[in-house]
Amino acid sequence: MELTVNLKSRLDEIKRKFPFAFSSVLPAIHAVQEEFGYIPLEIEPAVARYLAVPQERIREVTTFYFMFNNRSVGKYHIYLCSNVSCWLRNYESILAYLEKKLNISAGETTPDGRFTISLVECLGMCEQAPVMQINGISYGDLTPEKIDRILDNLD
Amino acid sequence: MTEKILSRRFDLKDSHTLKVYEENGGYIALRKALKEMSPAQILDEVKRSNLRGRGGAGFPAGMKWSFLPKDTDKPVYLCVNADESEPGTFKDRFIMERDPHLLIEGIIITCYTIRSSQAFIYIRGEYLSQARLLEQAIQDAYAAKYLGKNILGSGFDLDLILYIGAGAYICGEETAMLESLEGKKGYPRLKPPFPAVIGLYNCPTIINNVETIANVPAIVERGGDWYAGLGPPKNGGTRLFAVSGHVKRPGCYEHPLGYPLKKLLYEDAGGILDDLPLKAVVPGGSSVPVLKADEIDINLDFDSVQAAGSMLGSAAIIVMHERTCMVKATERIINFYKEESCGQCSPCREGTGWLLKIIQRILRGEGVMEDIDLLYDVSEGILGNTICPLGDAVAMPVMSYVTKFRDEFEYFIAHKKSKIETMVS
Ligand SMILES: Cc1cc2nc3c(=O)[nH]c(=O)nc-3n(C[C@H](O)[C@H](O)[C@H](O)COP(=O)(O)O)c2cc1C
Ligand code: SF4
Ligand code: FES
Repeated sequence: MELTVNLKSRLDEIKRKFPFAFSSVLPAIHAVQEEFGYIPLEIEPAVARYLAVPQERIREVTTFYFMFNNRSVGKYHIYLCSNVSCWLRNYESILAYLEKKLNISAGETTPDGRFTISLVECLGMCEQAPVMQINGISYGDLTPEKIDRILDNLD
Repeated sequence: MTEKILSRRFDLKDSHTLKVYEENGGYIALRKALKEMSPAQILDEVKRSNLRGRGGAGFPAGMKWSFLPKDTDKPVYLCVNADESEPGTFKDRFIMERDPHLLIEGIIITCYTIRSSQAFIYIRGEYLSQARLLEQAIQDAYAAKYLGKNILGSGFDLDLILYIGAGAYICGEETAMLESLEGKKGYPRLKPPFPAVIGLYNCPTIINNVETIANVPAIVERGGDWYAGLGPPKNGGTRLFAVSGHVKRPGCYEHPLGYPLKKLLYEDAGGILDDLPLKAVVPGGSSVPVLKADEIDINLDFDSVQAAGSMLGSAAIIVMHERTCMVKATERIINFYKEESCGQCSPCREGTGWLLKIIQRILRGEGVMEDIDLLYDVSEGILGNTICPLGDAVAMPVMSYVTKFRDEFEYFIAHKKSKIETMVS
């Protein structure tokens, strides 16, 4: 698998920005994920070559960090916080509602490829618990009605 | 009225912009630092200020900076810890969202003091919108000549790079953060050597929390003695207390160190949700021992909280009312550290797994009374036996929940259900 033109120019930008080749690994993998929605295994050799780092480095990073998807996920990736403060504010009922509404369990993707639900750790928004993020955008003080409004407004 | 240092611009319209920052006292301290003060003078003020690290351990910032080797020919780096992933903690997010230039000004003054010309902010990957705001603020600071070459004509150069993590709590541990900045998985390093001597790319490196650095401009502007005088001895300045859980007004409240916990809960945060009786308070993020309702008559400074048997940590206050099942609370905490253990050392990797198995067994109604002591013993086996403090971060709270709420664990095991269920009306 080869790098796209767009990805190459992103990686060039990253290489210029970081004084050390190794430091460009995380930013580069973020760029790959933005391009494909996940990190295709077959792209790793090309990324390694382009950054001039060993291929194991890329593998080590794509597998260690939670936010790097090793397989494709839904168009909308829902991160629902399940940590203490959100638990105290009843995230469990929000999870039940989401699972029922989308007809999948946490960790799964809807058959049409639109939604994935992932349970995540504290999102640093505990004052608005319960909290979720969809593709990086945060939503707090969740209620079933609010979930309806948010999901129904996605295209 | 408490004087606000960190949050005084939080509620201004467009407080995140350079314009509003400059119109409200911003970058005055930087001018003073570069024009009127030597690095040694600033270091002296920071030492006098009794500013202690806001990331968790409360180490004096000035002392940390003075551990840098003198006359090194290697570059010195500053890495600002914006990983903010300790459950319950969200104060750094407020600074980055509402006053990013305060952080940037603090970084520039700090780098001038420690003679660094390259700084990094390591921000957690989930703070995407905050990262975008910060990136814009950094660009604006470059355009206004607060960053880059020859800052404000002083001859001092500084570059600042924002580095975005990817969802690994362990990367908040300072040496794991360095590994991550070097493009690796976040495996904590053995210490010593300490980062001040051998840090990023084997060069001397200072790591400080966002809130720690955000205090530096005020210390330069008004002096270390003034700052120290705001709090009790050895606890200079104010803190952003992040209150969450069962209170009426969860939020981020700034007060001097030594502020009474009760006042914070019942005045600032509006009291307990639904006016239910209080059961427990976690005073410093999920990794610290829990306090029972009758133990909360304390002041919130590092030393007072420690004297009460817990820790002020990240100053994240998690409140639990009467209807909180402490067995389930313990499970949530264990689950977190089990998920986030990097797996590098066996007491932590295996121990967190065992703890989770035991607590889940109890929650399924399959526990036996011996499991309570087993939770304690496994925790004790982890405590102090690991490469980084994540092991302690699960062991200490678990030991405290099991000890202080033993009756709830016993009830759960005997009746195969939570004691809380008997209370729900
Ligand atoms: C597992 C673990 C996670 C940590 N997470 C953070 C964090 O998210 N933010 C932070 O500032 N410090 C965190 N720390 C503390 C850092 O290791 C370090 O002490 C701190 O950033 C130093 O800054 P300070 O002296 O200004 O507090 C963590 C420590 C451990 C052991
Ligand atoms: S204590 Fe846990 S998180 Fe820390 S190095 Fe060991 S395995 Fe990794
Ligand atoms: S516990 Fe859910 S955002 Fe912090």
